[in-house]
Formats: sequence, C-alpha cells, structure tokens
Amino acid sequence: MIIQALAFYLFAAVTVLSGAMVITARNPVHSVLFLVLAFFSAAGLFLLIGAEFVAMILVIVYVGAVAVLFLFVVMMLDIDFAELRTGLLRYAPIGALVGIVLLIELVVALVSWKGASEATANLAVPTPPASTTQNAVAIGELIYTHYAYLFQAAGLVLLVAMIGAIALTLRQRPGVRRQKIANQNAVQPADVAEVRKVASRGGI
Amino acid sequence: MVIGLAHYLTLAAILFTLGIFGIFLNRRNVIVILMSIELMLLAVNVNMVAFSVWLGDLSGQVFTLFILTVAAAESAIGLAIMVVYFRNRGSIAVEDINSMKG
Repeated sequence: MIIQALAFYLFAAVTVLSGAMVITARNPVHSVLFLVLAFFSAAGLFLLIGAEFVAMILVIVYVGAVAVLFLFVVMMLDIDFAELRTGLLRYAPIGALVGIVLLIELVVALVSWKGASEATANLAVPTPPASTTQNAVAIGELIYTHYAYLFQAAGLVLLVAMIGAIALTLRQRPGVRRQKIANQNAVQPADVAEVRKVASRGGI
Repeated sequence: MVIGLAHYLTLAAILFTLGIFGIFLNRRNVIVILMSIELMLLAVNVNMVAFSVWLGDLSGQVFTLFILTVAAAESAIGLAIMVVYFRNRGSIAVEDINSMKG
C-alpha cells in the first residue's frame, strides 16, 4: 500500500510539474516534450488504478500521434517564438486570478461534494471482477455491443477530421512542373521524333 | 496514506487550472494554447477514469476513449488551420487574427 501511495505521489508530481513546464517553457519544442512527459505519467496514474487499456491508448494516441503532430508543426513552421513571448507577463496576473478562482471553486465543490448513496446501485455497466475479465477484454466487449453506435460515430469523427485536415492543407502551387506519367506513356515516336533524309554534304 | 478518489480529483483540478492558466499566459501563441487545451482534456480524462474505477462502472473508461478521439480530431484540425493561416499570413500571433471581423 505504501508503494502504491509513493508511486501515486511520484506520478502526480511529475504530471503537475511537467504540465507547469508545458505552459512556461521558453522553447515550444520543450513544451511538446514536457507534454509527452505529462501524458506518460498520467498513463502511469491510470495503470495504478487498474485502467490499463486507457493507459495504453493514452500512450499510443497522445504520445504516438498527437504529440508527434505538435512536434512536426512546431519544427516545420518558421515561427518567431521570441516575438510571440513579448507581453507575456502582462496577462499573467489576470490569468493567475482566473486560475486561483477556478481552483478554489473546484476545491469547494470537491470538499462539499458527497456521492449519492444510490449511485452504486444505478451503474450503467458494472465492471466485471478483475480476477475473471481483463480490463481490455471488458472494454472491448462493451464498445462493440453496448456502445457500438457511439464507437462508429467516433470513427466518423476521426474520418471527418482527417478529410478536413487534408483538404485544408492541400494546395496546388501554380507554376510547378509536375511529372505526368500518363502523358509520358502516351507519347508516340511520331510525336517527338522526325526522320529526315539528309543530302550528302548538305545540312538541314 | 491510502490513495482515494479525492487524490485523483485534486490532481485533475490542478491540471485543469494549469491548462486555463496556460491559455492566459500564452495568449499570443496558438500552439501553446492548443497544448493547454490538451492538458485540460487530460484532466477531464483523469476525472472520468477515477470515477469509473471508484464507482465500479466501466462506462467511464469507454467515454474516456471517446474524449480521446475528439481531442485527437480537434488538435489535428486546429493544427491544420494553423498551418494554413501561417502560410497565408506568415505569423500565428492571435491578435493578428482579426481580419474576419464578426
């Protein structure tokens, strides 16, 4: 139990510290890398309470896809980040004010909150005991049956996002000479070569 | 020393507040704003999973997957819009994005 508590505090501290570094790092590349660290330690937290599937998906999707996407964009665009950081501290007080107010509200809500006693009696899908069903198996059995329509809708969201991202960033530059393989293959010898009879000692 | 629901909820609250603060702190830089939004969504996911485990209801973890899907789609579209904007204007400063006055 003490090891579990220590692991929780370790992962939680790393998550919060790297989250703070994400928003304060000078270099956006460092921000992205701290974001990766925050996601990794959040995945550790999920493992700690027995949500293995979500933890693995968090690593695969967030670290493997979203963070790499951020990294690509940060490194590909030639952005003057130093210029973007001017006037940074001008908004810090109002941001701190809003943050502190929000944190106080959340803490007040958390302290005064008491779970309804009948909540555990009205579960939508009770978790099967971990000794008989693994977490990933249980979730798989759930999303392909009970949440099948929502699962399809999630796939549709991803499809629309993919098409949208491609359609937004695709561009046809004018004046670029591209290779047209169909035209190359359709060329006949008569189109490009001409046989002439050259007289002896005469030019063309 | 037992780690309970309150520990996870407190962590999620701190993470969410960090995300809000990040939006205010970096309000000229769209990339860091998008990253702050990802932090806030991570906090929401922590809340979802914590409640799911402590209530013994698996649907919380399923909804975490859906939140993750929407977060991935959102960041992909957001970054695509940002790339197009940078291509047209040569800058991603937020206060320059006022040519489309409502």
